[in-house]
Amino acid sequence: MSEMAPIKPLVEVRDLTMHFDIHAGILRRKVGAVKAVDGLSFDIMEGETLGLVGESGCGKSTTGRAILRLYDPTAGSVRIGGVDVASLGSADLRRARPQMQMIFQDPQASLNPRMTVGSIIAEPLREHSDMDRAARDVRVRELMDAVGLNRAFASRYPHEFSGGQRQRIGIARALALNPRFIVCDEPIAALDVSIQAQVVNLLEDLQRDLGLTYLFISHDLSMVRHLANRVAVMYLGKIVELAPRDALYSDPRHPYTEALLSAVPVADPVVEATRQQIILQGDVPSPANPPKGCNFCTRCPKVMPVCHEVSPVFVEHMPGRFAACHLIDEEKDASVLRENKNDNVQQGETQ
Amino acid sequence: MSDQDRIFAQTVVDEVEERPRTLLRDVWSQFTAHRGAMAGLAVFLVIVLGVSFGPFIHTIDPTYSDFRARNQGMSLAHPMGTDNLGRDMFAQVLQGGRVSLLVGVTAMAIAMFFGTLVGVLAGYFRRLDGILMRVTDLFLALPILPLLLVIIMLFRDTLRKAFGPEAGIFLLIVFIIGITSWMQTARIVRGDVLALKEREFVLAARSIGTPAHRIILRHVLPNVLSPIMVSATLGIATAIITESALSFLGLGFPSDFPTWGRLLFDGANFMTLTPSRVIWPGLMLSLTVLSVNYVGDGLRDALDPHIRGR
Repeated sequence: MSEMAPIKPLVEVRDLTMHFDIHAGILRRKVGAVKAVDGLSFDIMEGETLGLVGESGCGKSTTGRAILRLYDPTAGSVRIGGVDVASLGSADLRRARPQMQMIFQDPQASLNPRMTVGSIIAEPLREHSDMDRAARDVRVRELMDAVGLNRAFASRYPHEFSGGQRQRIGIARALALNPRFIVCDEPIAALDVSIQAQVVNLLEDLQRDLGLTYLFISHDLSMVRHLANRVAVMYLGKIVELAPRDALYSDPRHPYTEALLSAVPVADPVVEATRQQIILQGDVPSPANPPKGCNFCTRCPKVMPVCHEVSPVFVEHMPGRFAACHLIDEEKDASVLRENKNDNVQQGETQ
Repeated sequence: MSDQDRIFAQTVVDEVEERPRTLLRDVWSQFTAHRGAMAGLAVFLVIVLGVSFGPFIHTIDPTYSDFRARNQGMSLAHPMGTDNLGRDMFAQVLQGGRVSLLVGVTAMAIAMFFGTLVGVLAGYFRRLDGILMRVTDLFLALPILPLLLVIIMLFRDTLRKAFGPEAGIFLLIVFIIGITSWMQTARIVRGDVLALKEREFVLAARSIGTPAHRIILRHVLPNVLSPIMVSATLGIATAIITESALSFLGLGFPSDFPTWGRLLFDGANFMTLTPSRVIWPGLMLSLTVLSVNYVGDGLRDALDPHIRGR
């Protein structure tokens, strides 16, 4: 699945920063900022699924929303299909909307309780196409078929559906305008486990049939492993590691990724019995006041003095694998040293 | 099993009658299922029809003084008795009802319009919030009575000249009541809009690219309908009562021009002599307010799809 190797990036995120100002006092002066997203750079290739994982409050959803320009980013650029969405004017932005859509976490909250399913799915068509009512109805019926909803339900209201069905309504709405890129903001987190599989399979089928590109935001590592081609791990507003799925799950390079993966239960009881869980100490620091140096230095089991001083750079340490950690720099230095030493020894031997 | 069969049968029925249900019919069928609302509607219709067509049946002129029949109790000739000037109370109640209802409904409509407008704008657009809410506070802090005095002194004569004595004073009163009673609605609506704005379906509409004015009309307003409805039904009552207070102070309609509030206040002095002078207008006023409240209650339920499904 991951070997199809899509090459062209559809979404290019550069230095995306989203700070929410904190105002206090009588004059509502700015006293600080919550650094929800702090300088993210990554690409999403055409037709791939990029999984974005991290614990609650690390900025996953904010990233998704900032990419779709639901928030105005503080800095940085987001190019989707070559257009910088982050700096478009409102009229151009509206024209760019059809190619990027979003599937929301809470299917209950993301559907207007006062609109029928038909009109919810038809809303994007009303906004962006000049279809008449009959044509819209036909398209809505098509979409309902595509996501596996009974087309007779078009005149019902969202509260008459189960969670999984509601999520299908949300997916149908996101598909209405034939988007290229869909941000899935924890689309399965609010669903029953048995329904999760159905929705994930539906997302996979749609990706295959329609050539969609997903940013799949989740905290469910097993589901991301199932669905994603590449995985990005976020901690406190920054991406700490980004790698192809199999590489990341088999050989995590960042201590935080290691800790996250060690928390995933394994279905094999023999392996599960010997699983070593890395338990992180302490709490996540406040994104309004992140620690000096590396964001993870307060909880890292492999912390070094340099981590408290210098923020590590997010670098491509191996082809296709990115991480931000001093350990990797050190390894690199060490391996360079080792190579030098080997050279010396070899030279010595030959002498 | 039986449940499954029922669901299956339901699905079959749905597929057979493919024609979608219309919103209006759904709302109406839920409204008719609300007994209080139907009773309220019936009472309100009787009152409206009564004050509209009553004067054509009970043809005594409400301003005609029959000095031989002063302070009479209820009789066939005067179903609600007469006042101290021998004027027929029934004719006055019918005539007064026209004005009171018209004032109540119109002033409420104005108040709802301004209240909703200010509330939605303040709640939805953060930039307007501060200034609009301070204006709302300003209106709340204004001493209403001196304000009314000043407005009436300033505009009564000009309006009378422009629209005639009755229409002029009607416009003035409706306008005054309207602009002094929108603040509560504005505050309630603002609060609800602030909460709604953060709901994901509004975010979804933004991600679709729906412009702000259509988000407001399509997603925000239908969801703040309930508090607006409640304010509106209460607003009719308040408007009728405020009008009577104005008339009592001599700032409203001229004294020979009956309204329910005016009749109540005029009759208050004669309560021991002819209790029917306060009972009837008071009863009409209460019935109107009560029936409007019930209608509003039923309408609110009927417009909410959650309740409508049951």
